[in-house]
Amino acid sequence: MQLDAHIPAGPLTEKWDRHRFELKLVNPANKRKFEIIVVGTGLAGASASASLAELGYHVKTFCIQDSPRRAHSIAAQGGINAAKNYTNEGDSIWRLFYDTVKGGDFRAREANVYRLAQLSNNIIDQCVAQGVPFARDYGGLLANRSFGGAQVARTFYARGQTGQQLLLGAYSALVRQISTGMVTLLARREMMDLVLVNGQARGIVVRNLINGVLESHAADAVVLCTGGYGNVYYLSTNAESSNVGAGFRAYRKGALFANPCFTQIHPTCIPHTGDHQSKLTLMSESLRNDGRVWVPKNGGDIRDPQDIPDKDRDYYLEQKYPSFGNLVPRDVASRAAKAQCDAGKGVGLTRCSVYLDFADAIKRDGRENIAKKYGNLFDMYELITDDSPYQKPMMIYPASHYTMGGLWVDYNLMSTIPGLFVLGEANFSDHGANRLGASALMQGLADGYFVIPYTIGGYFAGTTLAPVNTDHTAFKEATQTINDGIAKLMSINGKRTADNFARELGKIMWGYCGMSRDEQGLNKALTLIRELRAEFWQNVLVPGIDKDYNKSLEKTGRLADSLEFAEIMIHDALYRTESCGGHFREESQTEEGEAKRDDENFSCVSVWEYDGYDKAPKLHKEPLVFENVELSQRSYK
Amino acid sequence: MKKLPKRINLTLKIWRQQGSEKKGHFETVAARDISVHMSFIEMLDSVNEQLAMEGKDPIAFDNDCREGICGTCGAVVDGRAHGPQKATTLCQLHMRQFSDGDTIVVEPFRARAFKVLKDLVVDRSPLDKIMTAGGFISVNTGGAPDGNALPIAQEIAEKAMDAAACIGCGACVAACPSASAMLFVSGKISQLALLPQGKPEAARRALNIVKTMDVCGFGNCSNHRECENACPKELSIVNIARLNREFFKASFFSDET
Repeated sequence: MQLDAHIPAGPLTEKWDRHRFELKLVNPANKRKFEIIVVGTGLAGASASASLAELGYHVKTFCIQDSPRRAHSIAAQGGINAAKNYTNEGDSIWRLFYDTVKGGDFRAREANVYRLAQLSNNIIDQCVAQGVPFARDYGGLLANRSFGGAQVARTFYARGQTGQQLLLGAYSALVRQISTGMVTLLARREMMDLVLVNGQARGIVVRNLINGVLESHAADAVVLCTGGYGNVYYLSTNAESSNVGAGFRAYRKGALFANPCFTQIHPTCIPHTGDHQSKLTLMSESLRNDGRVWVPKNGGDIRDPQDIPDKDRDYYLEQKYPSFGNLVPRDVASRAAKAQCDAGKGVGLTRCSVYLDFADAIKRDGRENIAKKYGNLFDMYELITDDSPYQKPMMIYPASHYTMGGLWVDYNLMSTIPGLFVLGEANFSDHGANRLGASALMQGLADGYFVIPYTIGGYFAGTTLAPVNTDHTAFKEATQTINDGIAKLMSINGKRTADNFARELGKIMWGYCGMSRDEQGLNKALTLIRELRAEFWQNVLVPGIDKDYNKSLEKTGRLADSLEFAEIMIHDALYRTESCGGHFREESQTEEGEAKRDDENFSCVSVWEYDGYDKAPKLHKEPLVFENVELSQRSYK
Repeated sequence: MKKLPKRINLTLKIWRQQGSEKKGHFETVAARDISVHMSFIEMLDSVNEQLAMEGKDPIAFDNDCREGICGTCGAVVDGRAHGPQKATTLCQLHMRQFSDGDTIVVEPFRARAFKVLKDLVVDRSPLDKIMTAGGFISVNTGGAPDGNALPIAQEIAEKAMDAAACIGCGACVAACPSASAMLFVSGKISQLALLPQGKPEAARRALNIVKTMDVCGFGNCSNHRECENACPKELSIVNIARLNREFFKASFFSDET
């Protein structure tokens, strides 16, 4: 398959303008003749639904939660980047573009990232107009902070709830279109399959999560905004219903999947306390500005941390990275914590955490000042762990947080299936091998508010679409296949629940395809996953009945997908023998132990095609061309 | 080093209801060997695992983010929406708040407007219906002026943010003796009435939203302040005072009907 990203010609700074001019338009009177399905109501899905409906398209929007306002974008804390340069520090669209390409370790498309940086400014304006209560300075203008090691303050925020406020803004635009009748909302629905007619995406089959009934919906295009696949690790900062299902089912129908091994592990999460743990909670990265990371020098030192004198402590980040110290990037900090725990120096209940100590900061700045900066985070930590970081060092450990990989899309955000568009975290397009802090919100909203409204018009104007409704055999066949699948899951009646299997799969992925990977481990994981999958189909237990509210059945279906999808991640990690961004191959590191890229062989997107159940996927490559930035190697010594 | 986690045994008296048309009842279920580090939701997971292994139907409950921000989870625990701990959602309530041997009564959020769908799962779509009636500023994508073109005093922005912190969980409705949604509604009304962007539509918004609230079957505020007490985000009833002000202003001094 020849992958054509359809990147417009011309200088980088003019590509998007030129493309918008060249895209054919749909006559306003004709827009109402088109129906669009949007799956997911996070930042990307809600903003796309609203913006498309405003243009006059008929939109059917689906969400898995009971309300579109609950999509997991809501949990984003830190903020959203934009190249406004309100702080007069010399920020610009070009600088945001450059930082994002470099942060992604030169594994993203220049043209996409430049467009993202351009649109970042429109997003802030749009959100302010919607009434998003961003933080403001004394003069009443928008406040900015520096985030995730950026050298300019370009992050806009609404306390520690930026994702919530941006999502509620997009939700408000969405409900406004529901009130006009241009959007039909279907909540508590899970997408079970994508339906193709003549090779084009023409609808979906969903399961009504209240009564278990399958429903078919036809349309002229399908827009997936279904988030990432971080829950393959079982323990992650994702919500319970975040899952790879919709993307994976599209992949099985012929959409190609790009860079699945690019996952982001966040270094500062609250550690797990035992096998009952169902999720991990993120603590803002800003804590590392004042906290000092350490472990006892001697593994198994069981003294209370306050009783361990300085000479028996190992401040390993400060030791190893004297210039950046505790502020090294996410992936470096995560790997270093893992190395300490692997060496038996971990602390806490499960010996799987390191200390983040504020004692020196409190001594230096006073308790009051530290409380001003981090009070809400300290309270949250205490609520969950019952320990006060004012008295005792925090314990932290890395957790799966975001996935850069996703369905492959071209510059128009269309997948390899005509009429199937993919937005937000669900696509792979903008973050390369590593996402910078405060960039996820930016991408979701750029895709939904400002990209899809134009590019979907170009698709409609240049395509012939035969009339299709849900009586078409393609819908009947899809429904039959899904029903058979559900019946099979219900009939196994084994001895292990989906949660039990998912935990084991998570451990395999975390152990062999997490913060660092090597060939031997990856091959071992491949065997373990296959064994687990075989056992799953013999021994899974789904209580209850299928035509009912049945969370166990939902989880089991998603797990069946994850058990296959995990293997694609492994194949991708095996293929990419270089280290880059969040993907660290033990075999490819500098003498200092840092990630070492191999630009000669891996300056490309690895794109995988489904080749049947239990078969290895087929590899395709999209070469990455850098005409505007010079590739450099990171160093944090 | 810490001691091993303490484990406790509990008895749940929990509401079971097969569907919205069926009659519900309390069922006694043992929650054995519960780590005090579990959240309430994880405790229910553990009970459900046990029920599944015994061939029984697990307890149905909604939850999603498990970090207190999505507003999906919620139940009335020992008579209190989201349980005994202040400013805490059910998913952030930890089992260390309970003692070995406790009996805990667990019910769904009850209100005329919230139909029980199954066990602890209720239909809160009326809250979305209220938002659809006017919980927005009518601005299309594109064409917004520069974000800094409209300065907003910091204290106003902060008050708007206080009101906007609502997670839409519905605990205020469950806690209210008249099953009113006034605290929920007042959060959005206040946020948008405080900000200059929301002023042009303030009157229409207030009237439409209050009308829809009544149509959905929510009661009126009776000043019991239970809502404020149950709210996991500690929204103040000052917002309800603002809502009333906006509603009266719109009713008596605007051309809207």
